[in-house]
Amino acid sequence: MELKMFILVVVLLVGSLMPLRGASSSLGTGTTHDNHGLQNHQNSSDTTPSKKPFPVLSFDYDHVRTPFEISLWVLLASLMKLGFHLIPSMSSIVPESCLLIVVGLLIGGLMKLVGENPPVLESNIFFLYLLPPIILDAGYFLPIRPFTENLGTILMFAVVGTLWNAFFVGGLLYGVCQLEGHRLGNVDLLSSLLFGSIISAVDPVAVLAVFEEIHINELLHILVFGESLLNDAVTVVLYHLFEEYTSVGTINVTDVFLGIVCFLVVSLGGIVVGAIYGILAAFTSRFTSHLRVIEPLFVFVYSYMAYLSAELFHLSGIMALIACGAVMRPYVEANISHKSHTTIKYFLKMWSSVSDTLIFIFLGVSTVAGPHEWNWIFVVSTVIFCLVARVLGVVGLTFMINKFRIVKLTSKDQFIIAYGGLRGAIAFSLVYLLNEVHFPMRNMFLTAIITVIFFTVFVQGMTIRPLVDLLAVKKKQETKRSINEEIHTQFLDHLLTGIEDICGHYGHHHWKDKLNRFNKKYVKKCLIAGERSKEPQLIAFYHKMEMKQAIELVESGGGSKLPSAMPSTISMQNIQPKKPPQDRALPQLSKAREEEIRKILRTNLQRTRQRLRSYNRHTLVVDPYEDGWNEILIKKKKMMELEKKISQMNNYLTVPAPPPDSPTIARARLASDPQAWGMKSVTESIPTIKVDLASPQSPESVNVVDELSKKGSQPKVSDEEEDGLTMKVPSPVKQRKDKKPDEEDDKEPQQRFMRCLSDPGPAAEEEDEDEPFLP
Amino acid sequence: MGASQSGRVHKFQELADKTGFSIEQIKNLHSRFTYLTQDEDTLRREHLENISNLAINPIRRQIIEAFFDKRNLGENEKGCLQEISFEEFVTVLSFFRPPKPRIPDEEMKNIRKEKLRFLFNMHDTDNDGVITLDEYRRVVEELLSSYETIGAETAKAISDGAMLEVASVTVGQMGPDEFYEGITFEQFMQILQNLEIETKMNIHFWNLDTTTMKCGK
Repeated sequence: MELKMFILVVVLLVGSLMPLRGASSSLGTGTTHDNHGLQNHQNSSDTTPSKKPFPVLSFDYDHVRTPFEISLWVLLASLMKLGFHLIPSMSSIVPESCLLIVVGLLIGGLMKLVGENPPVLESNIFFLYLLPPIILDAGYFLPIRPFTENLGTILMFAVVGTLWNAFFVGGLLYGVCQLEGHRLGNVDLLSSLLFGSIISAVDPVAVLAVFEEIHINELLHILVFGESLLNDAVTVVLYHLFEEYTSVGTINVTDVFLGIVCFLVVSLGGIVVGAIYGILAAFTSRFTSHLRVIEPLFVFVYSYMAYLSAELFHLSGIMALIACGAVMRPYVEANISHKSHTTIKYFLKMWSSVSDTLIFIFLGVSTVAGPHEWNWIFVVSTVIFCLVARVLGVVGLTFMINKFRIVKLTSKDQFIIAYGGLRGAIAFSLVYLLNEVHFPMRNMFLTAIITVIFFTVFVQGMTIRPLVDLLAVKKKQETKRSINEEIHTQFLDHLLTGIEDICGHYGHHHWKDKLNRFNKKYVKKCLIAGERSKEPQLIAFYHKMEMKQAIELVESGGGSKLPSAMPSTISMQNIQPKKPPQDRALPQLSKAREEEIRKILRTNLQRTRQRLRSYNRHTLVVDPYEDGWNEILIKKKKMMELEKKISQMNNYLTVPAPPPDSPTIARARLASDPQAWGMKSVTESIPTIKVDLASPQSPESVNVVDELSKKGSQPKVSDEEEDGLTMKVPSPVKQRKDKKPDEEDDKEPQQRFMRCLSDPGPAAEEEDEDEPFLP
Repeated sequence: MGASQSGRVHKFQELADKTGFSIEQIKNLHSRFTYLTQDEDTLRREHLENISNLAINPIRRQIIEAFFDKRNLGENEKGCLQEISFEEFVTVLSFFRPPKPRIPDEEMKNIRKEKLRFLFNMHDTDNDGVITLDEYRRVVEELLSSYETIGAETAKAISDGAMLEVASVTVGQMGPDEFYEGITFEQFMQILQNLEIETKMNIHFWNLDTTTMKCGK
């Protein structure tokens, strides 16, 4: 049902696109003519202006032509994408990129039928507008650890593999052309080498589009994807080299040497440019604590500038963009607010998705539009040579690489790497850029490239998923990282560094450790604002994990079921070493009474939780200067009496409050950020309401107080005046802490440490305005 | 001279067979050993502590202890030695040898178990077969010891959380009055099974002689 409506909408849109364009040409000129006519009349004869009826409704397409068409295309592309996911059977068999190309073909065909000239994917638009979002998305979210661990392998594939492919395909094609003779005779060596270099580059857009859907393991994904990103430098150099010298006709040793130098300059230069912009972005983000709204803008603009600056000097724009994103990410993420982080993530994903869709659709349309010259021999031999070159290249390189790798690449891995070498729109655009004068066989190249692209995207793209299943290639592990794994990963890092030091050679771990220490000592201090710069990775990881759990908890709403995060009934008391009974300051309640108390509390908490759902969960903040504050203070005392019992139901662990001005605390807040609310240190006089979100009862803290006091069902529990659940006045707590350090120590450590989730309003003495975080 | 040389080569061959290193690697390790001990026969803790790069490592104590731990040396007794010989040095280092490429799954599992056992022994300092909460706490504290601003409570909370996670994953349901002793070796293996220890816990033992290159000191 919805599918039919959807198709109707799409057809209407497409239908409107055609006559609109047809109408525009006629009507557009018509209206402009009219305007001119009117003006002329008025200018020439002031005496008798011809009176026309005032146009109530006029049609002026030219005025909005360009943005209108662009928006229409984007809308169409997005609707297409939406449509595919409405057909679940299709999307599991055919990768999205194939469907989009088919749609592009259909639209192009329709346009040709109508008599319109279908638009072609102009290289300018492609390289300047469509490609950067995809690459930035890839670079910003590049998993650094596996990337650097496999960097040698990736570089080998990217540089040596692409060179091998280029020369193999180019050389063999030249041979074929010479053999063939008449029609292909004008393809000289340099042209075919140029063609080879264009077609041999694995395309990141296509790889991303296909690999994203098959979820293979991280190693293979990063190998193929990394290769597709890093071979850009090689492609750029070879392309410019051969293009330059084709007109001359010959190439000598100096040129080759210069080419190698150029390659180093292009790649390293691109990386340096990207890194500079990345550092600038990181540095800028250090000061954005007061203007959180434009933080994402800095990320995007700096990255785009990095790309454009690299393209300015003919350096590798892709590598610049990757370097920029990868360099700035750890520092920017430490500085920006949680909302900005989400904004960046979603904007990048959105833009890259739209770009990706547009690219494939336009690829389809351009196929219909573009000037073609079909030559069976050339095209077929191109396809065959590409495949053979790829396979040979991968096998040969893996043989050499495996000598240096600890984790060897199996033949299954090699197959997937070879099979995943998809070509895409970059190759197409590069051919499109070729000058027809210098390259009379450009159309033939275009046809051949389109054929190869179609072949790789359709045949390889569609079959890779069943092949992955057939070969039982390891898939991506979906499990979340646990705190134990994180601890041990770090432990292993240090252990291996230590062993390397004992054995006395500078290995991989030694340098990584040195880099980390350098980073910690100098770089972080400059680029990360405030206290965050000193936070170790383990703590940051732990806070992130806790926050995720907490958010899950609140979003699950409550009810009688605890969220699945901790399905076991193990709580802290199972782990704490047993204390002899006489240490308990609590009078022994009978089991029945305990059960009763627990039941009462549980039902009350559930009720308040359901009540809370109607509240706006973004404003959990309580303003202490409100009238009800004193009341709350009184009720707080009564709450303290319940804490002992409540703590036993506390299955959740809380972490110690990070240093008060750490943005991680504030990030755990659910409040929206209306103003700059700095974190107060615990010792200040303003009473802070600390809501322990990680425990089941927490969000309802204030209401619980009301509920329970109304019910009057507070059992006479001795006042363990430990911090509870809800509110505490900071100074008395401190004293209490000192008074009974030993007793509390092992029994309820979790109670002492609260995550501060809401904060009082800005106080009069808001000295430190440069707190890094805005809640 | 010839007799001692051939005797040493013979010993190296034995070691190579036992630990899986090549003769070249054993020779390099021997030169490193003599360099560290300054030509003495046995290695003591002070020799290892003299390595300057090791001094900034947060878990150096545990690493050094691991070399002198009897459990890692293949003996069934517990306790520590005060000094170790070259064979024992190489035995400990053999835990970090990368596994040979084409070995069956069974053997891979054994290798993983051995490496995990080494890690377990590093944590379980009192040799009782379980990692208790205190021992785990100490591990986390040492990991965080290079950051001065982190208090002991943070380390405690993290280790508590980690312990809780282990218990939840491995034991599942426990009544409120039961007590979880500590992480046993089986549970340790279970929680770290996703980490692929056998591929991660390796270092490259080059076949070159690195001591003459003045590294590592």
